[in-house]
Amino acid sequence: MSEKPGQNFINERRVFKYMRVNDHIILGKDERKEMVEIKVNDKTIQAKKGEMIIAALIANGIKVNRYTVKKKEPRGIFCGIGQCTDCIMTVNGKPNVRTCVTPVEDGMIIDTQYGVGRKE
Amino acid sequence: MIKKEVVVIGGGPSGLSAAVEAAKKGAEVLVVDENLRAGGQLFKQIHKFFGSSAHQAGVRGIDIASELLEEARECGVEVWLNSAVVGLFKEKKVTIKKTLADNSEKLEIIQAKKIVIAAGASENAVRFKGWTLPGVIGAGAAQTMINVNRVLPGKRILMIGSGNVGLIVSYQLLQAGAEVVGVVEAAPQIGGYGVHAAKIRRAGIPIYTSHTILEAKGVKGVEEAVICEVNDKWQPIKGTEKVFKVDTITIAAGLKPLIELAMMHDCKCSFIPQLGGWVPLHDENMESTNPGIYLVGDVTGVEEANTALEEGRLAGTAIAEALKYISLEDAGKLKKEIWHRLNELRMGPFGEARMLAKNNILTACKI
Repeated sequence: MSEKPGQNFINERRVFKYMRVNDHIILGKDERKEMVEIKVNDKTIQAKKGEMIIAALIANGIKVNRYTVKKKEPRGIFCGIGQCTDCIMTVNGKPNVRTCVTPVEDGMIIDTQYGVGRKE
Repeated sequence: MIKKEVVVIGGGPSGLSAAVEAAKKGAEVLVVDENLRAGGQLFKQIHKFFGSSAHQAGVRGIDIASELLEEARECGVEVWLNSAVVGLFKEKKVTIKKTLADNSEKLEIIQAKKIVIAAGASENAVRFKGWTLPGVIGAGAAQTMINVNRVLPGKRILMIGSGNVGLIVSYQLLQAGAEVVGVVEAAPQIGGYGVHAAKIRRAGIPIYTSHTILEAKGVKGVEEAVICEVNDKWQPIKGTEKVFKVDTITIAAGLKPLIELAMMHDCKCSFIPQLGGWVPLHDENMESTNPGIYLVGDVTGVEEANTALEEGRLAGTAIAEALKYISLEDAGKLKKEIWHRLNELRMGPFGEARMLAKNNILTACKI
């Protein structure tokens, strides 16, 4: 593929089947094939083995990680590297887990976090 | 209690290069990193570095990270991953929360002779109506998602900020398959290098200079972004609003040093806007005002990976000298070479402000 921009990826309205970057002009094909299953708010979704929780959520179109304590406003990822704690969720019953730096495990149970953890 | 000659906090470019440099000369070095792999933010930098061949121009950040990790392995640097520093004590004891393979946590206390703080920086937010909605994310976060995690944070994206990060990440979002509807810049001119701006302009992405973001609209996430023109006093001009249907707004408004560890250790700090805000001071050896504590990389002024690497080498050499692994003369010669390369990196219209600010740090440190 040529590295010249403008021909391949702009101007046309793209059809997005996946939110995953499966093929990349520099990084090549994503070779991670092995999948695991995780449960997000009681719904089972597929995740790539070892990927960060947030990646699996984004790939499955889930954008809200938690709701704030007082105003109950939705929050999602901000920094992506474990600094800001905006993407925290309840994982296997434990609240305040940073989903951007925590890898998925088969059978993991992930829930939207309401305030400091409990759903009222 | 474990004893180590050198403990490096942070396994990014600056921390790793400090570790490698000190270990090469014979020091016993431990690198502690909170993440599951070392390399810091280099792994998301899939673009080629610029500068001279002495600065690995033309090499991609990801490849520099792999080389550095290999080098660290070769010269016997010990690396603890998934380990966070939770305490620093006056007598140079470092408390580390180590996560073991079975996910249990263990506290380890390490007695060090020298400590290097290479904690890096974090992204700035921009406050506007709706700025907390899911879908308003850091540009660095977008870069991490596409290049490391290989997922698209959004389909249609508006970039705020036209510095090098804003421009490079816009281009990389295109490479990953997203649509970037525009780059918004409050200043009347583009902030980053012309070469990066040209790349995204050629791809047909408009750059809205003298514009600012007014509002992100949406219920459970970003659905629309409203921007408008600003006057010469940076105030929004009514009636110039433009609305974009986007699902993501990425913020490239600079970074600020993560100085908490340095502050915990009573390192003297100063407010230097050109370097990202409050920064701990250091001397020509990268040593802080607290003897034996060294500062390298973004923690002591936000720059880029090349200067971070050089600062690491400088500290590593100075530490080897202080621990008597190399002679005063040899160290002096090596440090002179590194300073020469550092000064080269801080030239030109973009580097000069940083050079002046860094010189102010050196001066302030002496007082």
